[in-house]
Amino acid sequence: MPEQPRTERPQSDPAQSDRAMIEIRNVTRSYGAFKALDDASLTIREGEFFSLLGPSGCGKTTLLRMIAGFDNPTSGSIAVGGQPMEGIPANRRPTNMVFQSYAIFPHLNVEQNVAYGLKRLKLQGGEEKRRVEEALAQVSLIGLGKRLATELSGGQRQRVALARALVMRPKVLLLDEPLSALDKKLREQMQVELRRLQQAVGITFVLVTHDQYEALAMSDRIAVMFGGRIAQVASPKEIYQRPVNRQVADFLGGMNFVKAEIVEENGASLTVDTLGFGRVKTDKPKAFVRNGGAATLGIRPERLRVLWDNATAKFEVAGTVVERHYFGEITHLIVEIPGLEKPLSVTETNDFGADDIPVGTSIRLAYDPEALVAMGD
Amino acid sequence: MTATAEGLPPLRMTRARRNALLQSEPVQGFALISPTFLYALILLVLPILVVIAHSFWTQHYLTIDRTFTLENYRIALTEPIYRDLLWRSLYISLTVSLFTVILAYPIAYFISFHGGRHKSLWLFLITIPFWTSYLLRVMSWKVILGYNGVLNSGLMGLGIIDEPSTALLYNSSAVIITLTHAWAAFAILPIFVSLEKVDRTLVEAATDLGDGPLRSFLRVTLPLSAPGVISAALIVMIPTVGDYVTPKLVGGKDGVMIANAIQAQFGKAANWPLGAALSVTTMLVVTLMAGATVLIIRALQRLAR
Repeated sequence: MPEQPRTERPQSDPAQSDRAMIEIRNVTRSYGAFKALDDASLTIREGEFFSLLGPSGCGKTTLLRMIAGFDNPTSGSIAVGGQPMEGIPANRRPTNMVFQSYAIFPHLNVEQNVAYGLKRLKLQGGEEKRRVEEALAQVSLIGLGKRLATELSGGQRQRVALARALVMRPKVLLLDEPLSALDKKLREQMQVELRRLQQAVGITFVLVTHDQYEALAMSDRIAVMFGGRIAQVASPKEIYQRPVNRQVADFLGGMNFVKAEIVEENGASLTVDTLGFGRVKTDKPKAFVRNGGAATLGIRPERLRVLWDNATAKFEVAGTVVERHYFGEITHLIVEIPGLEKPLSVTETNDFGADDIPVGTSIRLAYDPEALVAMGD
Repeated sequence: MTATAEGLPPLRMTRARRNALLQSEPVQGFALISPTFLYALILLVLPILVVIAHSFWTQHYLTIDRTFTLENYRIALTEPIYRDLLWRSLYISLTVSLFTVILAYPIAYFISFHGGRHKSLWLFLITIPFWTSYLLRVMSWKVILGYNGVLNSGLMGLGIIDEPSTALLYNSSAVIITLTHAWAAFAILPIFVSLEKVDRTLVEAATDLGDGPLRSFLRVTLPLSAPGVISAALIVMIPTVGDYVTPKLVGGKDGVMIANAIQAQFGKAANWPLGAALSVTTMLVVTLMAGATVLIIRALQRLAR
């Protein structure tokens, strides 16, 4: 076994531990009056695949570049592996980065690119060559070592960028929208591969992306960011099913919002009255802040199911199909419900013929009250 | 056009054919370069052919003997005076290129990496010396380097020397100093252009992989700007070998270059064939030197990896 001083971890611990790898404390980055990042605090655990998700301009790349050392906080502190990063330049941080443009050195071939950071370490006895080959094998690039960067496809360039960073055995690998330049099919393949690679090497990965599916598919945890602030930090499932507010819910995919009146609020639950769904008792989100008597409920389009023929469900709403959109394996139905100000969007798989429901049909929809989540505005 | 006499359809066909001809890329290309091309052909290629022809002839006082001979080349290559002049010209031109590139690189680097929003202002400032004539710029170096010149008075005023130095003007160093200054802008521009093309993320990537500022410069920025360095070196080197005005004005006896000898053959000495042979020899040597420079810089670039 080659020695791995920077990434050593007990063999009995395949997933992430609870130890903090990156600690971000009240970090603000201002450009004049504009705050690219506003009082962000975050703990990323050792061995975790963590995603910073948000629309462009939300501050996710700024945060990543500050962890890498290419930018410095206006106030607040960042620590990596328990060591404060203040005053430590990018070239002496235990982090390595995969750039959005990959930044492959065009005057060097694949091997020389991967060996770039090792050259300075002056490794003895073929160690450099061994590590380069190991890294190339990890990203399935064996045999392409002599190719020039200009002779590589987008996917291959990305693998070189990955190998070049991994060969340094960093404590943290930072990935700045690494898949955004690839076409859809390759992107989906790389998502799986990246996740597999992260679990194999056990390094903490921090991924910046604006693609919610990418974040959901790969991450252990996600931080959703808007306008320089961190809106929610949670597991993909939690973020998708229990978004803290409408903004997060909207960004993570389709969501039907229903206005509600609060009837009763206690400890962990909330009872509300709605026009379409009647009285609903739901879990109260941790971050719920009561704003008068009004609340918003949300339900994902795929949590509404069409009831066929005489089938009945314990919880159902009736309405009329006003629009139908065909997407191959699924169909989107827009269903008007009496009493709701906005029609509901329903995603139905096509195995029972949802794609054949004519516009104007009266249908009934089944739902699970658990799927109706309360959220802040 | 004969087509008009034959009725409408043929006319249309001719027109169509003419349009097709005008729209074809090679024809457009030739049309675009033809004025410059003809100009170069008449004023550059033909005179060079005339010079090459003369170099194989012999001059008898006022008449030219047109029998083929290699005697001129024998003289040009074996006479110590011409050999020395050629060597000196090559030495001066190489030294000038080296100094110019070394001095121009930091300026180009500064403008490209730290010029910010004022890049075009900086480039504009660099062109200011060209607002005055080249002769005036050479003459001003005479004022600076001369016996009673600025440099001598300054050094004496500071008490560094007791009497004016004559070592400053009328020698090869004076030619080198003057030419280096004169060609600086021509070296800055190509280096600047190649530095502009260096993707800044590559420098960040080098830093991310552990390189400090100096290392990332030597391993990424410098090799990637090599094309600019090569053009700058060639742009300075090729014309300075044959420079005639500068050595004449500031070179004195020790600063005479090959072009001065060629001028003498075409002028006072009235030996056009020898002058022509010297010109052709110089051209060939410059070509070899330029080629060698490109190869050397490329080899250095490979070594830097």
